[in-house]
Amino acid sequence: MIIDILVIIAMLTGLLFFVATTVGIIRFPDFYSRVHAAGKGDTLSTTLFLGGAILFILRDFSEETLLTAIKLLLIVFYIFIASPTATHAIIDAGYEFRVPYWTRSSKKKCAEGEETTEENLDNGFYPEELKG
Amino acid sequence: MPPIFTFFVMLAFWTALSGKFDLFHLGMGMFSSGLVAWLSHDLLFEGHSRKLGATLIEIACFVRYLVWLFGQIVLANFHIAGLALSLYPKKHLDPHIIKFRTSLKTDFARFVLANSITLTPGTVSVRIEDNVFYVHAITRRSSADFSGPGPGEMERWVAWVFEGGSR
Repeated sequence: MIIDILVIIAMLTGLLFFVATTVGIIRFPDFYSRVHAAGKGDTLSTTLFLGGAILFILRDFSEETLLTAIKLLLIVFYIFIASPTATHAIIDAGYEFRVPYWTRSSKKKCAEGEETTEENLDNGFYPEELKG
Repeated sequence: MPPIFTFFVMLAFWTALSGKFDLFHLGMGMFSSGLVAWLSHDLLFEGHSRKLGATLIEIACFVRYLVWLFGQIVLANFHIAGLALSLYPKKHLDPHIIKFRTSLKTDFARFVLANSITLTPGTVSVRIEDNVFYVHAITRRSSADFSGPGPGEMERWVAWVFEGGSR
């Protein structure tokens, strides 16, 4: 009974974080901040969700359920390695192609859909060495 | 690191995934993990030619670090979720790229630091050039750990795990 309540709490919290990051993908202003929302919301929410699943499965403890729990743990482990790597690959590719960005000072320029030029690169977003 | 260690890691992995404990399946596992350990044992623990005890201590420190990192991930997730669900997210956002020098020496420690930075919501490591990190942060609060003088808290933890620094 108590375990059931714990499972429900873990899964609901995980879902809440998933919803928050999905909303973030829609509401955040530019490519970079959307990658933040898309690529990383899954770290905590997947852990909570699969943690709930592991607890649920281990309710009736046997050799078989233990093996399933280990496999679920391995999934969490892989997500913790693969997710930051994929996020890094996406954001580095965007950086390489100079995807237009949003900052407080360049808000207007980007809202008009202007291409990133040398001019509006010059507001402290890109460090000196990476401008060229 | 002797190949035998790689062999046991592979064998444990095989056993967990197959879930069968009869002689036939264990024998197959022994054979294939032996083959993999023989052919590519230097891939899993590259450059760690140290004693087993030192490696075990390092793993224990790493687990301790993971606990701390998970706490940070929870805190940062609340921060990002609060941003996404706030009424005017653009009022709180201040995306910027921050650049800092690291004192970490080994490639592996740098890799762990970069992945930890990306794992905590609010900061993504864009690239590492020699010992300079470029990190994209979504608010000033997210990047606070890296913007101060000297190494930040996370970097001190990584140095403590892999290079014997104080944390």
